[in-house]
Amino acid sequence: MYDVIIIGAGVTGCSVARTLAKYKLRVAVLEKESDVCEGTSKANSGIVHAGFDAEPGSRKAQLNVAGNEKMEELSKELDFSFKRNGSMVLCFSEENRPELEKLYENGKKNGVKELRILSGEEARKIEPALSKQVVAALLAPTGGIVCPFGLTIALAENAYVNGVEFFFEHGVTGIEKTDGGYRITTEQGVFETRMIVNAAGVYADKVHHMVSAAPMEIVARKGEYNLYDKQVGGLVEHTIFQLPTKYGKGVLVSPTVHGNLLLGPTATDIEDKEGVNTTGTGLLEVSVKAAESLCTMPSGRQMITSFAGLRAHEVNGDFIIQEAPDAAGFYDVAGIESPGLTCAPVIGEYVAGLMMEKETFALKDDFVATRKGIVHMAELPEEEQKALIAKDPSYAVVVCRCETVTEGEILDAIRRPLGAKTLDGVKRRTRAGMGRCQAGFCSPKTMELLAKEWNVPVEEIRKSGRGSHVL
Amino acid sequence: MCYDVVIIGGGPAGLAAALAAREAGIEKVVILERDRELGGILNQCIHNGFGLHTFKEELTGPEYAARFIEKVKEQNIEYRLGTMVIQLSEDKVVTAMSRDLGLYHIQAKAVVLAMGCRERPRGALGIPGYRPSGIFSAGTAQRFVNVEGKMPGKEVVILGSGDIGLIMARRMTLEGAKVKAVAELMPYSGGLKRNIVQCLNDYGIPLELSHTVVDIKGKERVEGVVLARVDENRRPIPGTEEEIACDTLLLSVGLLPENGLSSGAGVPIDPVTSGPVVDESLETGVPGVFACGNVLHVHDLVDYVSAEAGNAGRHAAEYVKAQAAGNSNRESGFAVPLKGRGGVRYTVPQKIHPEKLEESVLVRFRVDNVYRNVQLEVRLNDSVVRVIKKRMVAPGEMEELRLKKEELQSVSDLKEISICLVKNEQEVPG
Repeated sequence: MYDVIIIGAGVTGCSVARTLAKYKLRVAVLEKESDVCEGTSKANSGIVHAGFDAEPGSRKAQLNVAGNEKMEELSKELDFSFKRNGSMVLCFSEENRPELEKLYENGKKNGVKELRILSGEEARKIEPALSKQVVAALLAPTGGIVCPFGLTIALAENAYVNGVEFFFEHGVTGIEKTDGGYRITTEQGVFETRMIVNAAGVYADKVHHMVSAAPMEIVARKGEYNLYDKQVGGLVEHTIFQLPTKYGKGVLVSPTVHGNLLLGPTATDIEDKEGVNTTGTGLLEVSVKAAESLCTMPSGRQMITSFAGLRAHEVNGDFIIQEAPDAAGFYDVAGIESPGLTCAPVIGEYVAGLMMEKETFALKDDFVATRKGIVHMAELPEEEQKALIAKDPSYAVVVCRCETVTEGEILDAIRRPLGAKTLDGVKRRTRAGMGRCQAGFCSPKTMELLAKEWNVPVEEIRKSGRGSHVL
Repeated sequence: MCYDVVIIGGGPAGLAAALAAREAGIEKVVILERDRELGGILNQCIHNGFGLHTFKEELTGPEYAARFIEKVKEQNIEYRLGTMVIQLSEDKVVTAMSRDLGLYHIQAKAVVLAMGCRERPRGALGIPGYRPSGIFSAGTAQRFVNVEGKMPGKEVVILGSGDIGLIMARRMTLEGAKVKAVAELMPYSGGLKRNIVQCLNDYGIPLELSHTVVDIKGKERVEGVVLARVDENRRPIPGTEEEIACDTLLLSVGLLPENGLSSGAGVPIDPVTSGPVVDESLETGVPGVFACGNVLHVHDLVDYVSAEAGNAGRHAAEYVKAQAAGNSNRESGFAVPLKGRGGVRYTVPQKIHPEKLEESVLVRFRVDNVYRNVQLEVRLNDSVVRVIKKRMVAPGEMEELRLKKEELQSVSDLKEISICLVKNEQEVPG
């Protein structure tokens, strides 16, 4: 019997897992995919929002500013990439200026610090690549960028070393109420638990309705992106937004925390909760909208990949973080779309707080609060590179040429807690295959390392999910 | 650690450059190669057809490489395997890493860039659809089949009719896969004529010109691709979509010179070739740094790579000797720009010092379309000094011509040399 079972190993589920790991509880995470960070958490903008968008008084507003403030501290504790690069919202006509001012007022109500409205000229002075059409901009210096994989994996690893159990390829097929809690049926066995946290992303409504009759509807809202080479990663320093629409924050132009340039996302509601395909019209829209913000677009030759992600949009527009009204001990953490990534550092605590309104959890005395990430040879000063190689020569063997990722880093990604089993798992932990050749060069070698470390034939190595064999 | 000539890359370009530098009398030459053996991409090119120009016989890729590797060993030229160069500085300090030697620096007197090229990935094309496994660049698939002995799939569609795509169509067929189609965006193939005949026609593989992939199906593994015809602006024509069931999509959609290191050293890059801008000595904009092979511009025959690399190695040797002799007048003389005009997309070299030529310089160039019955004009400033008639030229076949020193020096105040393709009005391109 578990105390808590968390359904979903995205950033939200992993945040809850990491928080609950602090207490004397038996906790497990059930994930339908083969790794953490396989759904919404892997394909988003990677933005740490300042917090001016959310409707004052909403759950989003309440958690956004707190999450933003907590992100920096968490990035140090758990060693993942985060940068406070600041955000800007562009206004292209005097007619729309009141909307910009409303954002500013919203932000102040939500407790966002250091907000300022700039003239078009001031904005272009800070960001010379901005369009001449910009007449004013909202500057939010507290905005930031984070590696969404880095954050999710760090939370998961830290939860795991503190005793949380992870079960992959355990899609939940049914939940029954029992005397002491719930019985969860999965593709691979049955789990008994006192409490459940529903962090199932776009599937949260399906899981919710396994136990609750209260209405909930999660729509998969697709966002498509284009990612550009690091050669143009310095085009802008801030994350550049346009004024928001009813579908969200619009197409942004942003550096990523690793130095690429990211354009997107679109926003299209779709039926298929697995529909992460890009479309011709979507990718075109990304370019057209991004071009409005910029005076010159990066060359198409600098584009290295396109991708799409699905936001878990709750039809009423706010996060749903509560115990289901008709199912005691079943906690929904649903509709966690933007600014969900920003809120991840505090969502776990918020959920634990709700649970502790009903019972007290005792703190563990051996909780390990920090976690060391995988080193990135390319980012180390030369002396540290040499020292590392002296200890382990595999750090001198470059496997991924584009991102300068060494064998040592890949072996660490495979061998560490919740280690990588797939090509995508290695990619998200080390960046091997994330560069301009998109794994053409390194994938045979990475597959060889995976096969050797997991002691399986290379034919069994997959890109990601169960049916994604490479050979 | 100091060397006279450091050669980055041990493929065909690096090998020929090293041999030429040694032949020119340079003792301290080293080849830095990232792979487990010398030979570069030739090691996975097990088909024949290499060496017709150089050796007057048809060799396989590994055989062709072996001819050079044997000579390098005979000459006791030092080479380091499993060695990745991670940085090159403008003052020619090479930073390298390997399992045996760790991270170290070499101060070079001259550097020859011979890193080759990489394949353009799917992402660079913006092909919509899912991102399942089963999408490979043709060269990666070639490595799996020919080096690792593993098949990447059974039912294959190939996008792009560059030479690697054509060769892989035949190779996958011979290994038991069904190649259902080769789609080509352009109205003509980017590969050599002989490869279309020997790799597609001989096996009944359809070549769909003016077609591209507009969708990729399959969430985990490729389940099919949708091909569509494109119009003259290369845009898909609605209503022409056709889905082909397959488990593998190979991409042969262009090669890009691998110039990350070069750019880091401040070497100016030609936006058309994506390779360094060089003069008649194949010297880049950074003195003492030379470039050859596919890092300079993408070649279609390895024989041309070897010849070009030999020149780069010889000029690197001369540079080292001139420096040693305190010869400081290298800088003198105006570099006359050499331009491609009309349908000539680019030339290599891109600039020439006429007074430094021995007798002549070989210029290689590519055209931007298929043209029949055209003439190529060599122009000095604005006057045409030579006309060459061509029955046909195509982007897939590199052209060359020789510019003579006396020809260039016949014009006083030479400001520009150009090679211009003059189209015959009655002929329709393509």
